[in-house]
Amino acid sequence: MGGIEAWLDGRDWLLADGATGTNLFAMGLTAGESPELWNETEPARIRALHQAFVDAGADIILTNSFGANRRRLALHGLAARTAELAAAAARLARDVADRAGRRVLVAGSVGPTGDLLAPLGPLTEEEAVAVFAEAIEGLKAGGADVVWIETMSAVEEMRAAARAAAACAMPYTVTASFDTAGATMMGIAPAAMAQATLGFRPRPHAIGCNCGVGASDLLASVLAITAAEPDAVVIAKANCGIPTVGAEGVRYSGTPALMARYAALARDAGARIIGGCCGTTPGHLAAMRRALDAHRAGARPDLETVVAELGPLVSPPPRAGATRRASARRAS
Amino acid sequence: MAEDDIDLSALDDDGLVAQMHDDLYDGLKEEIEEGVRILLARGWTPYRVLTEALVEGMRIVGEDFRDGILFVPEVLLSANAMKAGMAILKPLLAETGAPRMGKMVIGTVKGDIHDIGKNLVCMMMEGAGFEVVDLGINNSVERYLEAIAEHSPDILGMSALLTTTMPYMKLVIDTLKERGIRDDLVVLVGGAPLNEEFARAVGADAYCRDAAVAVETAREFLRRRDNRRASA
Repeated sequence: MGGIEAWLDGRDWLLADGATGTNLFAMGLTAGESPELWNETEPARIRALHQAFVDAGADIILTNSFGANRRRLALHGLAARTAELAAAAARLARDVADRAGRRVLVAGSVGPTGDLLAPLGPLTEEEAVAVFAEAIEGLKAGGADVVWIETMSAVEEMRAAARAAAACAMPYTVTASFDTAGATMMGIAPAAMAQATLGFRPRPHAIGCNCGVGASDLLASVLAITAAEPDAVVIAKANCGIPTVGAEGVRYSGTPALMARYAALARDAGARIIGGCCGTTPGHLAAMRRALDAHRAGARPDLETVVAELGPLVSPPPRAGATRRASARRAS
Repeated sequence: MAEDDIDLSALDDDGLVAQMHDDLYDGLKEEIEEGVRILLARGWTPYRVLTEALVEGMRIVGEDFRDGILFVPEVLLSANAMKAGMAILKPLLAETGAPRMGKMVIGTVKGDIHDIGKNLVCMMMEGAGFEVVDLGINNSVERYLEAIAEHSPDILGMSALLTTTMPYMKLVIDTLKERGIRDDLVVLVGGAPLNEEFARAVGADAYCRDAAVAVETAREFLRRRDNRRASA
C-alpha cells in the first residue's frame, strides 16, 4: 500500500464512510452490548452496513473495531479476544471492499482506550502502545490497509497509537474529537493537535477531526488545521447534527441536505478526506457523495459562513481575551 | 518571589482563603492540605473551611472549566487538591454534624468505560456536602437498582461518553418507572454527547453539562422538592 498520494490517486478528495455505532443500533444492537462482538455473531449485518456505505459511494470504509482494545473489551469479558475480534472486523470490511468493483480502502478503526494516561490516569504510554499494538496486529492480519486512529483527546494517547501502528509497520491517520470549547476535552486546540501529530515519526498520512459536537464546530476545527498546516492531508468526519431521543431510539438532527452542504464546505475549507461520524446513515452519505461529485471549488469559508449554513456552534471557544486567572504564586 | 516563599501561616484569614482559592485553581495539593490545617488550628469549623475555602475555590475552577478556559487535566489536578483537603475534613465533618445536602448514587452506564467526568462530579458533589455512592463504570440496570435499594439516595446520576452507550440511560429510567420508583429520585445525566433535549427525552430530570452545573442542579432540585414537601 503506497502513501497518501497513492490512495488519492490523482483525486482531490476521498469520501470516507458514515457512522458505525449508531447505524448498528438501527440494525438491532442493544445498548450496553459490545458492537465488536457483532463481527463474530452478526457478520452479515456488519457486511451489510459496509456494503451500504460502498453503494453510497464511500472510498474508505472503517472497520467495526472502535472499541476493540483490551481495556474496553474487558467490560464485556472479551479482553482476551481483542486481536481475534479486530481481525474479524478487518476481514469483513476487506471482503466488501474487494468486491466493490472499484478501489475501496479498508481503514482499521482504533478508538481511545477510555483511560487517562499517566500521570493523570492509570495507563503508562508504554502500556497504551501495547494495548493498541494488540488491536492493530489483528486489524493487519484481517487485511486493513491503514490504521485509522480516531476520536482522540490526549496527545500522549495519539502518540501511543501512532507508535503501535509504526511497530506493526502499518500506515496510519489520526483524528481528534474537538468537543470542548473548540478544543479536545484535554484542552488540545486543533492547530496544536496538527502540529503534534505531524511531528510523529513516521508521519501520519492524514490528520484531522471526527465526532465532536456538531458539523459547524467540526468545520471550525478543520479551518484551524488547514490554516496552520496547509500542506497536510486533512480528514473531516462530522457528526450528523445533534442527538435526540425518540420512540425509536437516538436520532440525529442532520438531514441529508445539511450533510451535503457540510461536505462541500469541508472541501472548500481544505479537507481532502470527508465523511460522517455519529448519526450519518448511508442515505446521508449518498447525498454527500453527490454533493462532492458536483462540487466546484468555492472560496474558503469563514466561520460566519459555516454558522449561517449549518447552524450555531454547540460548544463555542471562550470569549476573546479569556485566560487563566492570575495567581500570587505564578505572578511572583 | 519563588513559589515556596509564600508563608500561608503569615496570611490573615481572608488572605489565606484567597490564596487557597488560587492554590486550588493551580492544583497544589500540599498547599491546600496546609491551608486546611491552619484554618482548623485558628478555630474555624470544618464546615466553614469546606464551604468558604474549598467549595468556593472549586466553584471558581468550575466556572472557568464551563467557559472553556480550563480543561480536564487542570480540573483533575484541582479536584485532587480538593480531595486531599476533604480527606482531612471528612472525619471532622462527621463528628461536628455539618449539614448534609443529600445522597447521590452515581455511575457510568453499561458498556462505557469513561469515568473522568463522573469522577469530577463525585468530588464536586462531596465537596458541596453531598454523600456520594460511586458505582464506578459499566453499570447494568440491576446494579443501579441494587444500589438504589441499598442506599435510598435522593439523586441518581448517570454518565456516558459514547453515543453507543447513552441510550442505556433510557433503559434504566424506564425500569425505574416500571418499578414505580422513578418519582422518588431526582435523575441527573451527563456526558459529552448528551444535551438537554436528550435528557428530557429519556425521562431524566436534567442534563448537567459539567460537574459545577451538576452541583447547582442537584441543589436546586432538592430545594424545590423540599419546598413541595413543606407546602404539601
